[in-house]
Amino acid sequence: MLNLSLQSLALHLEKKTFSSAELTQFFLGRIKQHNPSLNAFISIDEEKSLTMAKKADELIAKGKKSTLTGIPVAQKDIFCSQGWPTTCGSKMLENFIAPYDAMVIEKFNEVGAVNIGKTNMDEFAMGSSNETSYFGPVKNPWNLDLVPGGSSGGSASAIAARLAPAATGTDTGGSIRQPASLCGFTGLKPTYGLVSRYGMIAFASSLDQAGPMAISAEDCALLMNVMSGHDKRDSTSIERDKEDYGSKLNSSIKGLKIGIPKEFFGEGLDSSVHTLIDAAIDQYKKLGAEIIEISLPNNHLAIPVYYVIAPAEASSNLSRYDGVRYGYRTKEYDDLTDMYFKTRQEGFGEEVKRRILIGTYVLSAGYYDAYYLKAQKIRRLISEDFTNAFKQCDVIMGPSAPSVAFNAGEKKEDPLAMYMQDIYTISTNLAGLPAMSIPAGFVSNLPVGLQLIGNYFTEAKLLNIAHSFQKNTDWHLKSAKGFE
Amino acid sequence: MDWDIVIGIETHIQLKTKSKQFSGASTAYGNEPNSQACLVSLAYPGLLPVLNHESVNCAIKLGLAINAKIARRSIFARKNYFYPDLPKGYQISQMELPIVGPGYLSINANEKKKDVRILRAHLEEDAGKSSHGVSQGKTGIDLNRAGTPLLEIVTEPDMNSAEEAVAYAKKLHELVQWIGICDGNMQEGSFRCDVNVSVKKKGTEVLGTRREIKNLNSFKFIKQAVDYEVNWQIETLEDGGKIDQATILFNPETGETKAMRSKEEANDYRYFPDPDLLPLLVTEEQIDEIKKLMPKLPDEMQESFKKELGLSEYDASEIASDSEVTKYFLALVDSKVNPKLSANWILGNLYSRLNEEEININQSPIDSQRLAELIKRIEDSTISNNAAKKVFDFIWDKSSITVDQAIDELGLKQISDSGEIDILVDQVLKNNQLMVEEYRSGKDKAFNALVGQVMKASKGKANPSQVSELLKQKISK
Amino acid sequence: MTIRKKDIEKIAHLARINISQEESQKLENKLVGIMSLIDKMQTVDTANIEPMSHALDISQPLRKDEVTESDLRKNILPLAPETEEYLFIVPQVIE
Repeated sequence: MLNLSLQSLALHLEKKTFSSAELTQFFLGRIKQHNPSLNAFISIDEEKSLTMAKKADELIAKGKKSTLTGIPVAQKDIFCSQGWPTTCGSKMLENFIAPYDAMVIEKFNEVGAVNIGKTNMDEFAMGSSNETSYFGPVKNPWNLDLVPGGSSGGSASAIAARLAPAATGTDTGGSIRQPASLCGFTGLKPTYGLVSRYGMIAFASSLDQAGPMAISAEDCALLMNVMSGHDKRDSTSIERDKEDYGSKLNSSIKGLKIGIPKEFFGEGLDSSVHTLIDAAIDQYKKLGAEIIEISLPNNHLAIPVYYVIAPAEASSNLSRYDGVRYGYRTKEYDDLTDMYFKTRQEGFGEEVKRRILIGTYVLSAGYYDAYYLKAQKIRRLISEDFTNAFKQCDVIMGPSAPSVAFNAGEKKEDPLAMYMQDIYTISTNLAGLPAMSIPAGFVSNLPVGLQLIGNYFTEAKLLNIAHSFQKNTDWHLKSAKGFE
Repeated sequence: MDWDIVIGIETHIQLKTKSKQFSGASTAYGNEPNSQACLVSLAYPGLLPVLNHESVNCAIKLGLAINAKIARRSIFARKNYFYPDLPKGYQISQMELPIVGPGYLSINANEKKKDVRILRAHLEEDAGKSSHGVSQGKTGIDLNRAGTPLLEIVTEPDMNSAEEAVAYAKKLHELVQWIGICDGNMQEGSFRCDVNVSVKKKGTEVLGTRREIKNLNSFKFIKQAVDYEVNWQIETLEDGGKIDQATILFNPETGETKAMRSKEEANDYRYFPDPDLLPLLVTEEQIDEIKKLMPKLPDEMQESFKKELGLSEYDASEIASDSEVTKYFLALVDSKVNPKLSANWILGNLYSRLNEEEININQSPIDSQRLAELIKRIEDSTISNNAAKKVFDFIWDKSSITVDQAIDELGLKQISDSGEIDILVDQVLKNNQLMVEEYRSGKDKAFNALVGQVMKASKGKANPSQVSELLKQKISK
Repeated sequence: MTIRKKDIEKIAHLARINISQEESQKLENKLVGIMSLIDKMQTVDTANIEPMSHALDISQPLRKDEVTESDLRKNILPLAPETEEYLFIVPQVIE
């Protein structure tokens, strides 16, 4: 059951080599065994998962099966799931049992997939190392001293350690791609608006986007088929014809024009990572692609712009956590003001508070024009860089992260160093473009991810480009020692 | 010293929609606390706003009614502040680029017509309700109202007296009901005014510091609050004091205004475009569609009453000041009843009776159809105007009886038989020779007296115009 | 432009977050660092550039005016820290 693709798991379920209950039990067993050392999951509910599995088995028996029926999927704890604790990695929501399902959860439920548990994450998805979670840091299966990346670090660790065959993540500034890079698997951040944000706890509304995390591009395509689609409950959800994201997987990539932005290979990029990315691009050349040097001249502004826009939106999105209607409320207080101040002081972690404060500052009277408005304008420049680039090429490639996984605690007290983790990923969130990270090799036994950035709505094409690589390499199939 | 009074008004109207501004929860008034608090109203994690189409239509209707520019593209923004009845910690409103741009509303106050400029109108959402002291030291929060669609209508500081402020509020109140976007129920908070008041020395250009009187929900309170506030400001300035900008509350029990406590906490609302909501686009076609559905507006109605139906200025404006009265009046006109006579009856007998009973015209036991029947009997000389009043009072609380039955029952049918009248006239002429002489010698009054005598003799049933005709003929012989 | 202690006090107040004495200095240092990173934006001339709020140039969808939600009190009141007679309870608000 381990290391099988979603397609072959589905085939086995159909042929009844094993049942969904058995498959679920198998992964629950692995979680039990490894979660204490990895801390990838915040909540596990065997009974709920097995009930779902049994239902899936009934569907399979009746022949009412779609591809993901009965397949266990780990859900990032940012998605509200009815009856499950949904904490968003925060003390604020420690005891919050969601009374409804997010669209993503609904979609997986509809096809009879099994929720195998809720994965750990940086608090309110703010972080790049999964060290800001109230429920403790997540460990990288490749080396337990290292971070898995963030904010979808729990899902990342779970996939890398094979605690689940598939997982969901969300990506506001790189939160799917950077952990995919640091943990060595495949992750896709779709075009903004393709996956509904309904029921996905908001961090920065104009940037947040959910996406799949799995071993291969092929698996990600199957997950995308389930997750995507228009939702009337999200005003920013896009209405498009339903697409089969796996339909182009095996198309030829001969003549593909790959844009290489010189800004992605400058100072800050670890030289051994650089070497591996070059090698991966060479591999594409061998597959018939054409390499074009391009420029994203405003990319160096992406981090400053992001650290205005994301905290600004977050400061407002997180105002609802006030201890009045749900969630944490401080134990002792003198009056209403005192209740607010203490609830939010105690309920939020340091990184979240820092970002709320930054966001409040950049929106406050006298600073709005210099910060928030300025950032919105530069956001357009960054976005236009991509528009221009895609006039010359079909896909943009570069590293997903500047280095391999780093030591836990190494950057925790240095927000600026931590923020640099997302230097190659943030600009696509600002522009709303789709992007992937795929395994491209190892530096001293630690995985390195290659980033692929596509034009709007070219997910199927991106998956095709990724799959072409994965047919010719096996980096994505390698698993960490101790978790084989 | 003489002072100019400067007043601007911000009115919040609750829009007449079934569901909330950004969710499918009911907007019904008066239900059990939190029974209409859906997950969006409660600001649960992960919930997102989706704008109500009908609210947009309402805003466009208002825009059309005040001759305003309707923005083809408008933007929603978040107004951030903490308050327990504001579940998200921000209110979704419009800041830059509101849906309705500059327009105006004509008012009549102190016998003068005036155009009050309207700066803007924008869509937003209502907060919940706090009830203080549910138990000792506690406030209870009910979120049924949270998210109710509001349209905020903001004037320029164009009013210069409490009377003008009231005239504006009344006119707007009438208008929003007329175009069907608000139920106008002021007690339930559907129509609330924030009134900005300042004073300046007569003739000076620079505006004085304004104070904003919050949440006035009756015309009487507007008048009282503005009067009190103006006096207070003038007295303060004349005593050498200074006015500080403030938000103030009016206490209807004492008739006084008082600054709110939390003044030093100058708010910084940190408005920014709501990332959950995309730009609202309105097309020419949408506006044209709504234009077609719009009723004729009160001012247009008034003009057509004067020009096409021959009503006096006063009657036309009285009738056109209320959509229900207009409907009633038009129903009479549609049943081919004389418009002037109809207006007289509505503004006369019907109004005084409605006032007595303290009911609205749409609750009148005599509907337009019955009143039309009655007026027709005056027009065809079956009864006199005076007799009709008796019939009106008689049928007021008898819905089963027809107008004609009532006339019969009361024996009020007019005598139009010329033979019968002829006899009466002859008798009166014979018994009042002196008066006949007086009339012949030029005293016109004497003639009226003779008519009166004939009417008296007929017990009021003779047709007065027939009587005077006959009298004239006979005397001149 | 750099962020000062009094700015932090002001924004902490606006954001309703208490900052303890111990946290204060460390926080200030970090915020100063973050603001200096952000200030890299100031070198760019952004005159005549339209601000960008959304990645996609699409317009607001509208919802039909229908009541689709029902009474949820049974599910949501138990999740609240304090309730009484169907109301959410907070310490008394003084106006």
